[in-house]
Amino acid sequence: MKAVSSGKRKKAKTDATEEIWNLRLYVAGQTPKSIAAFTNLKKICEEHLAGKYRIEVIDLLKNPQLAKGDQIIAIPTLVRKLPEPLKKIIGDLANTERVLVGLDIRSVSG
Amino acid sequence: MVKKKHAVDVLEKCPTGIKGLDEITKGGLPRGRPTLICGGAGSGKTLFAMEFLMRGAMDYGEPGVFMTFEETPEDLAKNFISLGFDLHDMMSRGLIAMDHVKIERNEIEETGEYDLEGLFIRLGNAIDSIGAKRVVLDTIEALFAGLSNAAIIRAELRRLFHWLKDRGMTAIVTGESGDKMLTRYGLEEYVADCVILLDFRIDEQISTRRLRIIKYRGSSHGSDEYPFLIDESGLSILPITSLGLDYHVSSERISTGIPKLDTMLAGKGFYRGSTILVSGTAGTGKTSMSATFAEAACRRGERCLFFAFEESPSQIIRNMGSIGIDLARWVKKGLLKFHSARPSLYGLEMHLLTFHKVIEEFNPQVFIVDPISNLSAAGTASEVKSILTRLIDYLKMKKISTFLTDLTHFTGSLEHTSEEISSLIDTWLLLRDIELKGERNRGLYILKSRGMAHSNQIQEFLLTNQGIDLIDIYTGSGEVLTGSARATQEADEKASALAHRREADRRLREQERKRNALETKIAALRAEFDMETEEVDLMAEEERKKQAVLAEDRLDMDHLRKGKPSAPQALRSKKKRRGE
Repeated sequence: MKAVSSGKRKKAKTDATEEIWNLRLYVAGQTPKSIAAFTNLKKICEEHLAGKYRIEVIDLLKNPQLAKGDQIIAIPTLVRKLPEPLKKIIGDLANTERVLVGLDIRSVSG
Repeated sequence: MVKKKHAVDVLEKCPTGIKGLDEITKGGLPRGRPTLICGGAGSGKTLFAMEFLMRGAMDYGEPGVFMTFEETPEDLAKNFISLGFDLHDMMSRGLIAMDHVKIERNEIEETGEYDLEGLFIRLGNAIDSIGAKRVVLDTIEALFAGLSNAAIIRAELRRLFHWLKDRGMTAIVTGESGDKMLTRYGLEEYVADCVILLDFRIDEQISTRRLRIIKYRGSSHGSDEYPFLIDESGLSILPITSLGLDYHVSSERISTGIPKLDTMLAGKGFYRGSTILVSGTAGTGKTSMSATFAEAACRRGERCLFFAFEESPSQIIRNMGSIGIDLARWVKKGLLKFHSARPSLYGLEMHLLTFHKVIEEFNPQVFIVDPISNLSAAGTASEVKSILTRLIDYLKMKKISTFLTDLTHFTGSLEHTSEEISSLIDTWLLLRDIELKGERNRGLYILKSRGMAHSNQIQEFLLTNQGIDLIDIYTGSGEVLTGSARATQEADEKASALAHRREADRRLREQERKRNALETKIAALRAEFDMETEEVDLMAEEERKKQAVLAEDRLDMDHLRKGKPSAPQALRSKKKRRGE
């Protein structure tokens, strides 16, 4: 497991109510879909959750036993660990609208 | 369709270990290929798959992966326990790996392209963790419910089955029955090698499970519908089509347990391995005969299986105790086994299956069903006949002596079994009531007995506290009498016979007395004669002595007179003195 990118934390933003978004992206090797998913996710986070997100990328080829825990069947899968409740988005995240809906981001940023 | 050219490749089979399945598939499921098990809800798909894995792990040294999409591992563990397998123990010993795939549709949003590599990785990981050879996917159709992109799922399923084949996994994929297709989502399209359909039907409130092999590419297989049973030892499927008439028969004879009946059957009893039917109306002693036969078998040290459809084992044991048959000790010794069940408990096929199963387990030499007529409660007449034919064929093949009882009803002919199986029966005994002079007595006769000279006599059948006894029925003076009428008649005859005998005795004694008297007389006469003889002798002696004395006196007289001695007299007296 490697934390590819932890969001650039804005120094001043330490609002008590502000939550850190904990996102986990499951991939299996460097497939075009995985790369696309990561790129798309990065872009969306930067736009809507700048400074308050953390993305963990888990490569199941290296750590296959981790697939069980989050009930991963599809690749790529994005799991929103925090804030609760748990949400999953599968696919290459090409449709930004749907990712935002899926992650329930509108309400936070808007 | 692209056919792979594996000309010399004979289809290798993977034994399932499920009772009967390996026979009808001629060896098991296709090794290294997926098999589809389809069926409705509750038809036993999961259990089938589970047993396949368990038997593989326990009996064939092939660990297995169980990937469940529906039931939780806890529920599965409970089901496994009910089959006598400890799932947790097997998992800790690395024989079984379990993965529960949970797909919550409301948690998942789909956007863009994806594949099911995650599933592959999980499956691959589980397989590698224990070196599995067998895989179960139960029920992979859940993917269709959990994900919306059916096109992706279908493509991935195709890939999955190829992947399983490439890895050499013998897999079972379960699928729910669909309306027009075998499975709701057409899984049969991907799994083309072997498809087995499980069916769960209810006819007249009695359920029967059936199994049919729809397809088995590259192998011949039984194509019938086979009933199967699920119980604490798992599934049992029995290939129970009729077995034909080419069994060997024994000429060994076994006792019926009633010496008189043995006598009636050419003095030796039934043939071993023959089929005996006892029919009779209610209360004619059918169960008692069965028990007597059972006891005789146990006495010979044979194993006897007693199927009771009317009474519980303890009731039979108690009742038979009252006629002096102690069955409990044979049960204790393990020679006698009771199996009680209500005929309406399950369908006919299930009964047959139960028969087979229990017979296989207990391996008896004598098999008793009391009564078979109750089976008709579980099916139609033709079904019952078919079942019994198959059962009897099976028993004959195993050389098991079969004793069936049949309750006939008061209406109609007695010589008509309710199941019309008379042609299957080798020895047919009929117990019937004989009503006479306000009494009902039991009579027994042999309706037929193949291959032996048998008595044509009706015997009166008595239940005593020492067991069953047969008594010749009174047939003198042109009528048949039983019970007290027979007893009276016999007593009368006995009385007159006694009188006759007494008269003869009296005469004999008279003659004896006369002879004695005569002999006494003879003895008296002889005594008298002897006495007379003695007297005569005595008199003669005395006379002689008298003469001698007289002579002496004369001599003395001469002395006294000093006369010349007479020489001869003197000589004599000298001799006399010398002799003294």
